[in-house]
Amino acid sequence: MTDTRTTAAHGGAIGLHGIKKWFGTFQAVDNVSLEIRSNEFFTLLGPSGCGKTTLLRMIAGFELPTEGQVLLDGVDISRLLPNQRPVNTVFQNYALFPHLTVSENIGFGLKMLGKPKSEVDSVVKDMLKLVHLDGRGNNPVTQLSGGQQQRVALARALAPRPKVLLLDEPLSALDLKLRKSMQMELKRLQLETGITFVFVTHDQEEALTMSDRIAVMSTGTVRQVGSPWDIYDRPAERFVADFIGETNFLEADVISVSGERARVRLSSGAEINATYPEGITPKGKVTIVVRPEHARLGSPGSGMLEGVLDDIVYLGTDNHFHVKVDGGSTFIVRQQNAKSGPCGFSEQDRVGIAINDDVAQILRD
Amino acid sequence: MTVSPQEVSEQRQKKEIRDRWFLSAPALILIVSASVGPLVIVLLYSFLAPGNYGDVKWEFSTEGWFNVLFSRDIFDDTVSLADAHFLIFWRSVKLAFATTVFCLIFGFPTAYFIATRAPHNRSLWLFLITIPFWTNMLIRTFAIQEVIRSEGIINTLLLKIGLISAPIQMMFTDFAIMLGMTYVFLPLMVLPLYASLEKLDFRLIEAGYDLYASRFGVLWRIVIPLVKPGIIAGSILVFVPALSSYVVPRVLGGGKNLMVGNLIELQFGQGRNWPLGAALSVTLVIIVLFAMLYYVRNASKSGGSAHG
Repeated sequence: MTDTRTTAAHGGAIGLHGIKKWFGTFQAVDNVSLEIRSNEFFTLLGPSGCGKTTLLRMIAGFELPTEGQVLLDGVDISRLLPNQRPVNTVFQNYALFPHLTVSENIGFGLKMLGKPKSEVDSVVKDMLKLVHLDGRGNNPVTQLSGGQQQRVALARALAPRPKVLLLDEPLSALDLKLRKSMQMELKRLQLETGITFVFVTHDQEEALTMSDRIAVMSTGTVRQVGSPWDIYDRPAERFVADFIGETNFLEADVISVSGERARVRLSSGAEINATYPEGITPKGKVTIVVRPEHARLGSPGSGMLEGVLDDIVYLGTDNHFHVKVDGGSTFIVRQQNAKSGPCGFSEQDRVGIAINDDVAQILRD
Repeated sequence: MTVSPQEVSEQRQKKEIRDRWFLSAPALILIVSASVGPLVIVLLYSFLAPGNYGDVKWEFSTEGWFNVLFSRDIFDDTVSLADAHFLIFWRSVKLAFATTVFCLIFGFPTAYFIATRAPHNRSLWLFLITIPFWTNMLIRTFAIQEVIRSEGIINTLLLKIGLISAPIQMMFTDFAIMLGMTYVFLPLMVLPLYASLEKLDFRLIEAGYDLYASRFGVLWRIVIPLVKPGIIAGSILVFVPALSSYVVPRVLGGGKNLMVGNLIELQFGQGRNWPLGAALSVTLVIIVLFAMLYYVRNASKSGGSAHG
C-alpha cells in the first residue's frame, strides 16, 4: 500500500455502497450510495446535521459504517483504521499540533510512515512553497494567523500524497475575503496535485464555485448528485431547489410530454416548456421552479404571469422585484442594474412577468 | 499623547491587581511564619552544638554538618565516610523516584479514563479518586499492612489456593514501602494529570491517527508532550512528599528499611543530636530543590512551552 501511495499519479476513486450509520437510536446516514471519481473535486453539501460530516468521517475511518461498504479504487477499506488508509483530512478547526513547528506539523505524516529524514525535509520544503509559507517553517503554529494555519493544515494533509483528501468545512472559520481567495487556492491545489478532493460544506456558493460535482444531502440521505449547473438549474426536488439559491415555485398542469421537455400550463393559462428530472414521467399537477434571474419584468400583458409589484429590494448589482401574482403566490424577479438610475418600476405597479425559454424545471415531488 | 482604550483598560487592570495584593496576605503570612521561619530555625540549629539531653547548646559548631558526611568512631576517633547516611539518602531518592514512576504508570490511564468520560460523569469519578483523602494516612497504611503481611489477605489466599507453600515476605521490604507510597500518593498524580488531559483537544488525536501514527505514536508524540505540564506537576507533587516520607516506611519498612524522614526523626528523638537532624533536614531540602530544578529545566527544554 505504501508503494502505491507514494507513486500515485492519480487520485483515488471512492465508492460508497449502501452506507448506513446509527448513533444509538439516531440514524445519521441512511442508505447512501455514491461514486466519487478519480481526480475530481467532489462536494458534500447540506445543512448542519444532514450527515455529510459523518459520511466524511467514515471515509477517513474515524467512524465505522453500521451497514454498507467504503471502497477505495475498488478495494473495500470499510474496516481499516484511519492510519491504514491512504486518505488524509483537513479538519474544521485545523487541529494543528500546537507543540510542533510549521515544518514538524507538515512532516508529521511522512515521519510516521517511516520516511527517511532527507525525504521528509524535501517534501516539507516543497509543501511550504506550494502553500506560500516559504521561510515560515520554523515558526510555532500557534503564532500564525487563521489563514496561515489553514494553509499549514492543507500542506500537512497533502504532504503524505494521499489518494483522497477530505476537507471538513475548512473555510468556515475564515472571514469572507480570505475565504474567497482560499477557494481559488483549493481549486488550484486540487488541479496541481491531481488528488481527489472530497469537500464538506453547508455553503452553497462555496460548493458551486469549486466543485466538479456536488451531492446535496438532507436528513442522512443524498437528494441529488450532479454538476454545479445540474444542481442549480435542474434541481430534482423541492429541498434541493430551496437549499441552493433563491427560487420561485409555481403550480402547473402537464399538457404533453415530448422527449426531454414537457409542456405545462401555468395558473394564468400561459403555457411554457419545462425540463424534468430523470426517472419520472410528469403528469397531472406538478410544481415547477424558475430562478429569479431567469424571468424578466415587463408591462402588463407582456409575459406569462401578471401581478402587482409588492416590493423592490435594491442590492447594488441587482434589483429584486417581489411580485404578488394574481391568484396569491409571490414571484421574485431578479434583474441586473445594467444602467445607473431608477429601474423604471415603482411599487404597486401592475406588471407582467416573462419567463425565459428553457429555464423551468419540473420537480419530482 | 493619545491613549488607546486598550491601554487604559490595561492600566486599570494593573492598578486593580496592585490594589488587591493584600488578598494574598493571609497566604503570604502563613508561608512566611509556618514555612520560611521554621526553615531558618532549622538552618540555625544545624550550626549549633548538641545538648546533652536533646535540644541545642548555643555555641557555633559545624559538628552537625560534619556528621552528615562523616562518622567518628567513638573508641579511637578515626573518621570515615558516613556510609549509612549515603545509603539511606540513596534509598530514599530511589524509592521516591520509583514511586513517582509507578504513580505515573497507574495514574495516567486513570486520568485518561476520567477525562474521556461524558462531562457529567467526570465529577463522580474525581470524587471517587478523592475518597482515600477522607481517611487518615496512618490508618490507610495499616490497611495495606493487613493486605500484604505474612498472615494477610494475599498470602492467606495464595496459601489456600496452593500456589505457594510458605507465605511470601512482603512486609518490611522496599517493595512494601513503594507499594504503600504509590497507594498513598496516587491521587496527587491523577488530579493534575486529569486537569491537563481534560484541556487536551481530542481532535488532535484523530489528526494523529489520520497522519498514520500508531497508538503508541499518538501517545508519545501528541498526548504526552501536550499534557507535560500535568506530568511535571504530578511528578513534583508525588516525588517531594515521597522523598521525605515518614509514616509509610515506618509502618511498612519496619525498623531496618529506613528513609531520610525516619533518620531525621531518629536524631531528634533517641539520637539526641538535634544539629545533625537539622543538617540532615537542610540536606533533604537541598536535594529536593536540585531535583526540581533539574526536572523543570529538562521538561521545558524539550518543548511544551508553546502549550498552556
